[in-house]
Amino acid sequence: MKIAVCIKAVPETDTRIKIAADGCSIDRADVKFIISPYDEFALEEAVRLKEAKGGQVIALALGGDEVPNILREGLARGADEAIHISSAGVAADDPLCVGKTLAAALKSISPDIVFFGKHGVGGDNQQVHAIVAEKLGWPQVTVVTKLEVSDGRLRAEREIEGGIEVVETGLPAVIAAQKGLNEPRYPKLQSIMQAKKKPLASKTFSDFGLSAAEVGPEAAGLVITALRLPPPRQAGRKITGDPAQQTNELLSALQHEVKVI
Amino acid sequence: MANGVLVFAEQRDGAFKKATYEALSEGHRLAAQLGQPLSAVIIGANIGHLATEAAHYGASTVYVADVVPLAKYSTDGYAKVLVEAIQTAQPGIVLAAATAMGKDLMPRVTARLDVSLASDVTETHINDGVFTVVRPVYAGKAYATVSFRRTPAAATLRPNVFPAATPDTSRTAEVKSIGATIVDALQAKVTDILAAAKGKIELTEASIVVSGGRGIKGPENYYLIQDLADALGGAAGASRAVVDAGWVDHSHQVGQTGKTVSPTLYIACGISGAIQHLAGMSSSKFIVAINKDPEAPIFKIADYGIVGDLFEVVPRLTEQVKALKRN
Ligand SMILES: Cc1cc2nc3c(=O)[nH]c(=O)nc-3n(C[C@H](O)[C@H](O)[C@H](O)COP(=O)(O)OP(=O)(O)OC[C@H]3O[C@@H](n4cnc5c(N)ncnc54)[C@H](O)[C@@H]3O)c2cc1C
Repeated sequence: MKIAVCIKAVPETDTRIKIAADGCSIDRADVKFIISPYDEFALEEAVRLKEAKGGQVIALALGGDEVPNILREGLARGADEAIHISSAGVAADDPLCVGKTLAAALKSISPDIVFFGKHGVGGDNQQVHAIVAEKLGWPQVTVVTKLEVSDGRLRAEREIEGGIEVVETGLPAVIAAQKGLNEPRYPKLQSIMQAKKKPLASKTFSDFGLSAAEVGPEAAGLVITALRLPPPRQAGRKITGDPAQQTNELLSALQHEVKVI
Repeated sequence: MANGVLVFAEQRDGAFKKATYEALSEGHRLAAQLGQPLSAVIIGANIGHLATEAAHYGASTVYVADVVPLAKYSTDGYAKVLVEAIQTAQPGIVLAAATAMGKDLMPRVTARLDVSLASDVTETHINDGVFTVVRPVYAGKAYATVSFRRTPAAATLRPNVFPAATPDTSRTAEVKSIGATIVDALQAKVTDILAAAKGKIELTEASIVVSGGRGIKGPENYYLIQDLADALGGAAGASRAVVDAGWVDHSHQVGQTGKTVSPTLYIACGISGAIQHLAGMSSSKFIVAINKDPEAPIFKIADYGIVGDLFEVVPRLTEQVKALKRN
């Protein structure tokens, strides 16, 4: 099987966000980038599928200088080859343009199945996988916590409010992984060393036959015009006393101030 | 030309979701500001009766796809119908709730129309006739203002953020039937729905959330959190430490890599307040922290802080809430 997995470089989750001088993006100085946490489940599932069925795993990431590192990590975690698609010239804040670029790259690979994380923890858009599926004309199953693939078909369980939807479809298909799908492995030293020898290609959108008019700033459907930090929360009041006094006082606050009881 | 606001009015089991009322109400408010009509789209089987309800929330036209193949949600089938409705109504703005269904469906639909979608929006604005939205990024560590370059502008609205209006039962709507051409040839099919424990309130929809952290010491004590949540009529959450230890299912996780919640009241029990946890809950209206350690970072953002042992405080609180509700 040919298995593709799209991963994204995002700021480490303990990063304190600072706004850049342009007022509409984050200050990237001193920010460490990691594989978006949900993409770890996607990558792990791709590698497990290869281990079970044979084939190869190709990891793709769109972005800037931060990308080669996470792709090397993807290779250390079991991908066989990696493709860095440069975000230069792509409207990278617009999920539609990102989705179109990835769809074109995937088309050139023509995998049997494509994995994504259910969302990139950063832009928090939760869209690119569905846009890619649409542009390729493939079915999608998102927020997947369980997956079985056999004989060109798949059965997936996806999380919905208060339950699980069981979805069946044929291949090729796009799967977006949710936590719970598997336990991602940590790369061993040996696989980190081997990863250095695996192929990592660099591409631009034009390598996939796309034009700036299709995925560049002119094509963007949305524009971020401002980015701000949330108003800081203030520490409120400490409720002191013995447990009985504390719960009495809290209860009265919940009744009269929060007004939820 | 672009005209009005269209809301995908999500239903499950023949009833609108709470977030649907919020989306319809916000759609109506925007339409009124623009001086344009609101329309609604309802998709499913045996759901015709919901058109009246959509009218009560301000829809003047309701597109209803009431066909058997759409009895269960499918990305494919629902996308076909919603695209048909959008192409007929030609709205300037399309809204849906940022629910499991809305998040799966809307990017598929907007990609087909080649327009952009802003997800999980928490504010909408119309200034001089121009529509912009605000959406949290980095799980609420920053807020982005987003403007649109093509119509329709589409957005999914975060549940629990937009107020639902009082329905006006005197309003009526023109009902248009759509989706008749959907045949039973969908790419991906929902073959089954496995329900979670009955009567449990979904975390992202709850207006009260009680969460437990590593301070609960073990899985056998999670009932303390669940009991307080039940007594308050809320949902039970957890920190990642608790989920990763396998004490509760990951569907309870609140935080940057869990669910983002914005309830009226959030009670954090035995949770230290790591930045990734705060990211998922700091937009709650009121925050209560119960923690043994007076230096725990959670107290820096809590409206009410109880320095104490959760094993003493939480059960007592649960009993008192129950007693209050009995009277
Ligand atoms: C990539 C990444 C993503 C992450 N995503 C998330 C996320 O989405 N959500 C999340 O929550 N975390 C997330 N984390 C983990 C986060 O950094 C913290 O490790 C985690 O939130 C800690 O959980 P905790 O507060 O329950 O545990 P601890 O930090 O161990 O805190 C336990 C607290 O309980 C208190 N306590 C102990 N006993 C009692 C008692 N008897 N009564 C009262 N208080 C008591 C202690 O004083 C302490 O403050 C993520 C981390 C990483 C690296």
